[in-house]
Amino acid sequence: MSDHSHDYPSFNHPAPVPLLFVVFGALIFLTVATVVTSNIELGEFGFIVAMIIATMKAFLVCAFFMHMWWDKGFNVLVFFSSLLFVSLFIGMTLLDTGSYKETIDAFPTTEESSLSTTEY
Amino acid sequence: MAVADTTDHHDHDHDHHDHDPFIAHHFDGPQQQFDSGKLGIWLFLVTEVLFFSGLFVAYTLYRNHHPEIFELAHHHLDKVLGCLNTIVLLFSSLTMALAVRSAQTGKNKNCELYTLITMVCATIFLGVKAVEYSHKWDLGIFPKYGFNYTPGHHEMGFLGLSPYLIKLSAIPALLLASFAGASVMGKLTDKPAQFKFFMGMAIMVAGYFAGVAGGVVYQNAVDSGHAHLAMSSSPLQLHAATFEENGQHHSHQHSDQHSEGQGHEGGEEHGDDHHDQRHEGSGESMPKSVGAFFSIYYCMTGLHAIHIIGGIVALAWIYYRSQQGHWREDYFGPVDYVGLYWHLVDLIWIYLFPLLYLID
Amino acid sequence: MATAEIRNKIFSTPETNYLNCTKGWKSWAFTLDHKRIGVMYLVGVSIALFLAGIFALVLRSHLVKFDSGMLSYDNYNKMFTLHGAVMVFSFIIPSIPAALGNFVLPMMLGAKDVAFPRMNLASFYLWIAGTSCLLMAILFGGGLDTGWTFYTPYSIETETGVIYATFGAFILGFSSIFTGLNFLVTVNTMRSPGQTWFKLPLFLWSLYATSIIQVLATPVLGITLLMLIAEKTMHIGIFDPRYGGDPVLFQHFFWFYSHPAVYIMILPAMGVISELISVYSQKRIFGYSFIAFSSVAIALLGFLVWGHHMFTSGQSPIVTLIFSAITFTVAIPSAVKVFNWLATLFKGSILLNTPMLFALSFIFLFGIGGLTGLFLGALSTDIHLHDTYFVVAHFHFVMVGGTLTALLGGLFHWWPKMFGRMYNDALGRISCALVFIGFNVTFFPQFVMGARGMPRRYASYDPEFQIFHQISTFGAFVLGIGILMAYVVLVYAAFKGPRCGSNPFRAASMEWQSSSPPDFHNFIHQPTMNDPYDFDSQVYDEELDTFIPREFADPDKLPARPEPVHH
Repeated sequence: MSDHSHDYPSFNHPAPVPLLFVVFGALIFLTVATVVTSNIELGEFGFIVAMIIATMKAFLVCAFFMHMWWDKGFNVLVFFSSLLFVSLFIGMTLLDTGSYKETIDAFPTTEESSLSTTEY
Repeated sequence: MAVADTTDHHDHDHDHHDHDPFIAHHFDGPQQQFDSGKLGIWLFLVTEVLFFSGLFVAYTLYRNHHPEIFELAHHHLDKVLGCLNTIVLLFSSLTMALAVRSAQTGKNKNCELYTLITMVCATIFLGVKAVEYSHKWDLGIFPKYGFNYTPGHHEMGFLGLSPYLIKLSAIPALLLASFAGASVMGKLTDKPAQFKFFMGMAIMVAGYFAGVAGGVVYQNAVDSGHAHLAMSSSPLQLHAATFEENGQHHSHQHSDQHSEGQGHEGGEEHGDDHHDQRHEGSGESMPKSVGAFFSIYYCMTGLHAIHIIGGIVALAWIYYRSQQGHWREDYFGPVDYVGLYWHLVDLIWIYLFPLLYLID
Repeated sequence: MATAEIRNKIFSTPETNYLNCTKGWKSWAFTLDHKRIGVMYLVGVSIALFLAGIFALVLRSHLVKFDSGMLSYDNYNKMFTLHGAVMVFSFIIPSIPAALGNFVLPMMLGAKDVAFPRMNLASFYLWIAGTSCLLMAILFGGGLDTGWTFYTPYSIETETGVIYATFGAFILGFSSIFTGLNFLVTVNTMRSPGQTWFKLPLFLWSLYATSIIQVLATPVLGITLLMLIAEKTMHIGIFDPRYGGDPVLFQHFFWFYSHPAVYIMILPAMGVISELISVYSQKRIFGYSFIAFSSVAIALLGFLVWGHHMFTSGQSPIVTLIFSAITFTVAIPSAVKVFNWLATLFKGSILLNTPMLFALSFIFLFGIGGLTGLFLGALSTDIHLHDTYFVVAHFHFVMVGGTLTALLGGLFHWWPKMFGRMYNDALGRISCALVFIGFNVTFFPQFVMGARGMPRRYASYDPEFQIFHQISTFGAFVLGIGILMAYVVLVYAAFKGPRCGSNPFRAASMEWQSSSPPDFHNFIHQPTMNDPYDFDSQVYDEELDTFIPREFADPDKLPARPEPVHH
């Protein structure tokens, strides 16, 4: 992929300039696409589309702008392991908080009278 | 079996004879230094991702539990400005990637230019953000507690600008003045390095005002177009009827109750007769509860903006070192690391944009 | 083979070492040397330990009588909060990794320094800033009375210095991240030639696992505390129920960090114990790879069990069940370690000196602490035991009986390396006995009290518990004297103790191949890469009166290598 006509140190992989511009073009295209799709009524599906497009953009940025394509496997693993823990965090919390949502939602109303007497 | 090298040790006077100034003494060579730095910055990005994750959790929860708030609230956010900012950030990512490439190939001049463009894009982003924020504050759109939405309520300051925007711009104005001054001083005292560096810094800060100008022009155009509609800040007029109704409700509230604390109470009693089937007995008044979205919005975009500012500081350092001509084919690590950080800031925005601006 | 001259140059006590190679306070304040930073960290965390220890003794003194008037109830709340917050954030979390780990980790790798020395120094100054901020809560914020957990909604309502304290903890989090990040990179990229992952001393495996947690979990604490500050100042309505927020969500956020943080506290201690048990049994560690992987397993499982702190918080039953089940699985890697330590002791030539006694105390106390954790992980018993002294006793058995004991053991083990001087072993053993007895007298009665229903964090209590509290208070003072004595023995040795050789304990890991105290660059030669648990690789040298690697020994006097033990 990179121009090895020149003798760079083994850890140096300059990204080809045309590739960077192509990636930028694709990113702009996807940005416009996500705005356009958001104006179309897709219901539940709209969120999924937006996330898929965002993930495609994220992939392009990671792979080429961030040089992951040429990077060590370990570094890539390190970065993506963070997503695993984020999903764990979101998943477990979401699994739980739904069950007592009604109590939380009712609280400001039930406390309304006591609130108005305090300085809060 | 190691051979004991006992000939010339104990050089505590730190004279690293013919030692490369850019390779730290505790590393074996450029390769080890680069690998260490690279793993280090990736790990740092991991901490950044997890740092933001808390806000993403809050976002997911509140969106899951109160989708109606998100439906309503995001129409306060301007898709056009958001999209513009996204493109600015993406472009800055491109120039950052080009800066890294220039450093990798040892072209310090190019690296300097690309770094400057990246910084200018960053400040344009912040300028636009400042317009977005101040416009919302004008309308009383604050985080949860202070949320006191009053459509059409525009406090006019100097030149018809929002007073909030003027306050926000005070620090950049000061910075611009001092950078320009330092640059002129450098010119007068014949210090070309100082002149060049602070010239770049002044250009960088000027980007903020370009962003502000663009944002204000756009915002005024939008406002004059829809001055009497409740949700004037949105170019989209979805649910316009509902909003207008809310708008009346709000101006009523605003007229008899000015303080924020009482506004909460007042919003409550009005909220009940205004009950919408989407608020399934939550008992919260709609306007006040919309504040929850803006709490999350301000936390997420605010934290992101702080990261942009941090990135600008790091980029200024890269800019300075490019001017000093430090980068070589076997020493470009700092540009690469700052670049990775910058792309991460971009990555987070790539998700924030659809999550906050494009909810449907 | 090396000549006597070379041998003496490498292993004899050097005239210039890292302690005296440069002079003046600036040479310490701006040092980038991991050894000096480690020593400064050690001084810092020890001050935090004594400060928080004094808070603990004040608490225990107050509790001698059931209706004691020694402290007002408000001051009692502030006292236990500060005890907890300072102990957790300023002492235990940085204690072993940042003090001992900083000193030992690069040397165990045969490296000159950690990968990012400036970041290492920054970590220390962040520690100072964070701890000062935490203590500013007392001076300017009117104390802190939320408990170290800062639970909402009380932490939002209270008038005390929550913002100071949370900001302090936020900064301390960054200090911890910097240390962890540094260690991960150092172990990954700066190992000696030929030092594969499975030739690393187990202390490094445990530090590595610790660092994984520090890097992954601590940022979540950062954002949690920032959101708490935002909630307190701007009422963003995320945690505050009055504005539609979810206070239990705060507990999720907090424990997503703080449960893994419990393993930040205990994993390095386990690593220290793996070293001590092996060296003082002069026997290859049993089940090396099991101990190594159990560290990583504990680190990863630690992320899956945070909900067991919230069984009574209103958490949903299904989530509670899941967390309870996973909690029990943590017992497996922990038990794997304990069994392997015991198996290492079996038929070893055990030397009962001070560090070994601390290590044996650790196994005993950690055993109790770990097993009582099972009662708390079980849903039905936890409902009864939650928020009682049983919990207090449980985590003190793990944190004090575990981490503090291991820290002291590790200090006694590496002290001759750090300062080149030997301590008085008899006094050291007495201090260990005092710590062990005092600790058990303090916390054993608390199990009984807790099981009988004595709630934690109460300033006054039912008279029937008074006798337990009195025993506990007596033990606390014995424990305090024991810790103080250990420190006196060590500090005296650092200045006045007899000189000792480079490797007085016949340890085989690489840090013992440097002189004592080490050179500024750690090694003045290329250290030989041995198996860290092959003690036959070290032979006694009469001239130097210490153990040196076989490769450097006088070939004429070199004893025959025993038949390799089957392993």
